[in-house]
Amino acid sequence: MEIYPAKEMMTVASAFARRSRAARGARERTGTAQAAPIELRGVTKRFATPSGSMFTAVRGFDMTVGAGKFCAVVGPSGCGKSTSLTMVAGLERPSAGTVSVGGKPVDGITAGTSFMFQADALMPWKTVVGNVALGPVFRGVPKKEAEAQAREWLRRVHLTGFENHHPHQLSGGMRKRVSLAAALINVPSILLMDEPFGALDVQTKAMMSNELLGLWEQTRPSVIFVTHDLEEAIALADQVVVMTVGPGTVKAVYDIDLPRPRGAVQEIRFDPRFLELHHQIWESLREEVERAYARTASAASAPGAQS
Amino acid sequence: MSAVPVNRGSEAATPAAIGDLAAGEEAAVAADIRRSTRSRRMRMWAARIGTLVIIIGGWQLLTSAKIVDPFFWGRPSGIVKQLNDWVQHGTEYGSIWEQIWVTFKEAVLGFVFGVAAGIVAGVLLGMFQFLADVASPYIKVANAIPRIALGSLFTVALGLGTPSKVALAAVLVFFVVFFNAFQGVREVDRNLVANARVLGASKLAIIRHVVVPSALTWIIASLHVAFGMAIIGAIVGEFLGAQKGLGLVIASSQNNFNPNGVFAAIFIIAVLALTAEGLIGLLERRLLSWRPRSQSEVADA
Repeated sequence: MEIYPAKEMMTVASAFARRSRAARGARERTGTAQAAPIELRGVTKRFATPSGSMFTAVRGFDMTVGAGKFCAVVGPSGCGKSTSLTMVAGLERPSAGTVSVGGKPVDGITAGTSFMFQADALMPWKTVVGNVALGPVFRGVPKKEAEAQAREWLRRVHLTGFENHHPHQLSGGMRKRVSLAAALINVPSILLMDEPFGALDVQTKAMMSNELLGLWEQTRPSVIFVTHDLEEAIALADQVVVMTVGPGTVKAVYDIDLPRPRGAVQEIRFDPRFLELHHQIWESLREEVERAYARTASAASAPGAQS
Repeated sequence: MSAVPVNRGSEAATPAAIGDLAAGEEAAVAADIRRSTRSRRMRMWAARIGTLVIIIGGWQLLTSAKIVDPFFWGRPSGIVKQLNDWVQHGTEYGSIWEQIWVTFKEAVLGFVFGVAAGIVAGVLLGMFQFLADVASPYIKVANAIPRIALGSLFTVALGLGTPSKVALAAVLVFFVVFFNAFQGVREVDRNLVANARVLGASKLAIIRHVVVPSALTWIIASLHVAFGMAIIGAIVGEFLGAQKGLGLVIASSQNNFNPNGVFAAIFIIAVLALTAEGLIGLLERRLLSWRPRSQSEVADA
């Protein structure tokens, strides 16, 4: 097992050198995805709790993500961030308001979507290549061809040589890269990420962020990236949405005017503009976090802690 | 496993020397581990064989000394004699091999039908909440009735032949497999299903690629118990009325006050069950080869 971190270190070092070349090559091969704009208008989502009472996760939520834009959503725990993602994916219906993708209201599973969950959504009984090939297989691509595509994507996330491993044989960071390949293989027009790197240690997280940015720049889907981590949000996104404490709604939207390509997220942290933005957004976020904290501290029995 | 050689004190040594030293030490440690594993295994086997000798020998001695009455409790030498007699001269219902075959066939058929029905019902009810809600009181009732008693019904309705035993075995197997399949389907990771849905999987593809493989761990675990149930079903069915089979051999030994015959038949059934258990173990290892080995399995290796 000790060899895995070493392998990861190697990829960090070489990833940057390879990135610009890979980016050019990939765009020629796969073409840029038809990125779709995402719009949420006055969206409210209520759940019935097991005890039969009502729980409102989000209320009057308005958000627009332009085609090919990277939007990060930050907010305190339980503010309905994940819920809004599931509605964009079509896994849940809004109780009121409309969600539309590419100008069309979401009805059923949104086509051209990929979802990355906080927990690995990898099938433990399938090999790495089998997992990545699932997207094409579900779309009816013959198995052989799907696996060839999967191998190509595994190469892009630097996992060549691990195709026939099972997920439990990989480190957390490697599993995330498999998830990333599995999410991107369909060349999605929108990519939804629900704290995808939340469970990783700080170094691996930074590395995965770099990897994500590199791959995102190749295909440019519209992204909604839910996170707790404001630094991660600013380093990655074009736009940071701050949500209020639950039932969540949009508190403020900040445009991140840091130039692209951003380069290493570890270094952009020291950019004066980054610090300025961080300071500004944190002011706004802190109030909500404090309010959420006060609420959980006073009423630890609040129902249905949705994040 | 560390690739970096560990310096054990000798600071003046060159890196190469340290590497050699570490490699030598590592080999010695590995040999040590191998030796202790081997000696542990030998002790384990000695203890196992010792246990067997004490039980069988004690039984034989106690019955020879008439402390335990061999007329009621049989004795190992008598059991061996009985087995030998069956092999040489057959039982009163024909050759011993035929009795074994009949019981085995009944158990296997019952097992196959029971498992198939259990998986289908478990997956359906696990997938469709409404069906589960409708069926749940009936399943509770069906599970509460003493299913062995159904054997009488089957014997009357289906006759003294194979079908009545297969039916009883299948009913016993069904519930074991059903509850596991049902639970297995319910325990499927919601994230995996959501992920498959977003990736564009149809309902059928979700069952095939997510639900069934995920429930398989549960289902296979139930098969071990289920085959035992199938054998119980076949034997009890034969007790209740049959023309052939090991259950009938046990019943007639009982009527003849022949405990050695009962034990001999039990011994044959145990061998049968262990063989089937081994086959199920093989199947398990094949189907669940993706699973990480558990701590106890690693320690056992």
